[in-house]
Amino acid sequence: MKRMRVAAASLACALVFISVTGSFVPRFDYSRQDREHINSGPSRGHWLGTDDLGRDRFARLLHGTRISILLAPAASALSMLLAFGIGAIPGFAGGFAERAAKTAIDLVLSIPWLFLLLMVRATLPLNTSPAASVTITFLVLGLLGWAAPARILLARARSMRQAEFIILARSTGAAPFRLLSKHVMPNLRPILLAQFWISVPLFILSEANLSILGLGVAEPLPSLGSLLRELETVLSLRADIWRFVPLVMLVLLVSSLQIAVSEREVSL
Amino acid sequence: MITIVAGGFISATLVRYAPGFGTDERQLDARLSGDSIQAIQNAHADERNIVRFYFVSVCKTFRGNLGMSRSLNRPVRQLLQERAAVTAAVAGKGLALSWSAAVLIVFATWFFRTPALGIPVTLLSGMLLCLPAGVLALLAILLNQPGSLVIALIVYPKVHRYLSNLVEAARGLSHITTARAKGISEPRVFFWHVVPVIKREVLALAGVSIGIAIGAAIPVEALCGIAGIGQLAWQSALGRDLPLLNNVAMLVIACVVLANSGADLLSEERRHPA
Repeated sequence: MKRMRVAAASLACALVFISVTGSFVPRFDYSRQDREHINSGPSRGHWLGTDDLGRDRFARLLHGTRISILLAPAASALSMLLAFGIGAIPGFAGGFAERAAKTAIDLVLSIPWLFLLLMVRATLPLNTSPAASVTITFLVLGLLGWAAPARILLARARSMRQAEFIILARSTGAAPFRLLSKHVMPNLRPILLAQFWISVPLFILSEANLSILGLGVAEPLPSLGSLLRELETVLSLRADIWRFVPLVMLVLLVSSLQIAVSEREVSL
Repeated sequence: MITIVAGGFISATLVRYAPGFGTDERQLDARLSGDSIQAIQNAHADERNIVRFYFVSVCKTFRGNLGMSRSLNRPVRQLLQERAAVTAAVAGKGLALSWSAAVLIVFATWFFRTPALGIPVTLLSGMLLCLPAGVLALLAILLNQPGSLVIALIVYPKVHRYLSNLVEAARGLSHITTARAKGISEPRVFFWHVVPVIKREVLALAGVSIGIAIGAAIPVEALCGIAGIGQLAWQSALGRDLPLLNNVAMLVIACVVLANSGADLLSEERRHPA
């Protein structure tokens, strides 16, 4: 199992390296249109062929993967920050704050994730610049994805409230901020890390869902999700097999991230 | 009830402050007089104060009046009645398919106990977990498959993973080891000893899976062109149709909350029989 995790982590690192370094190579420009080769198959000039505007599919795949790979962890970090604020702090404080946090978490968790995401994204501006659409999409993911980690953090922080080391620190006159930063936070760090890595593939998949529905990253910027929209125009599996490469990339990336996070960390 | 009302309020607030709310393409019609345009603008006036609008609409909902859909120009009640039946059928079939497959596979894995079955099944469910619902819907269109199959493929890996974990945990229990040591057949051990142990968790999982199926119905119905609640939610959010989205959100949240509460109640009853 450990070997499998190492292999998965290595694969994820390789994908990150290829997409990040490859997207900086001038040859792979995601927006350059080759009007001579529109909707063409794989060739020496275009390894995965071109789309209906003559743009190189391989270049778009590199850039799209880079956007998903860099921004999903950023959204996940934002989620963890919110989860800590909404889950851990009230859980440690107890009383009304804890009850209010629990109600808010239950409310958000009672709404199906995709429904909530679509509802919020659809009500935000749609005709924005590509850069703004990327920011809005991942910001929405980060701002809405806090509920499940917050529930786990709240439960753990509540159990720590009566722990001996906390009582001891309190009796020595430690201020609430010091208790949180020096005693609670280090104990919650493994859970935060595990939840962070669980959220990354979830956010990559959610962005893909949003982009397939036309609510994600706007053209001409590519993302793994917006590249998958091309599947709408696929007529047969055999004839257009190279169009499935972004899907293979997505599955490889998400599965390697999921395998790399161990079962032990997930069930903490 | 608080969750349902609060969820409806959140969705109404989101739409109220969304860009483009209150605009009507008829306002651009040069043939209309100033008074007519003013009248169109005034039609949205009662929705400007979100608290007032929401309070009035909740009161109306309790009296059975759900209002009119602005984008589809039809009574919301009628729309929900028509579409709910479609979604119930699609999601119901998907749930039945996914649960049947998961239970059969978990039982077969228990009965045969061979890695030749366990490894491919784990790989398949792992791969399904890595596919976005939208991609599955697009593949279903390409392969001419029904939307219920897509919902089944979305729900199946989650149900299978949890069920197999439960059964594996039960395998190590001492009374089950004793039963097997006494030579009781595997199906009998499974149905008489394992099923009673995991019954409560399975009921809770059933409640959760309904929520997953409803959530999955949105992209599936929107992409596959199925006229259900998911497609309605999608259209109402894009059309900034406040009365419709408000009621759809309350309906979806009510279904999820009721499914979870029902499963909790049933499992509590089984724990403390009257």
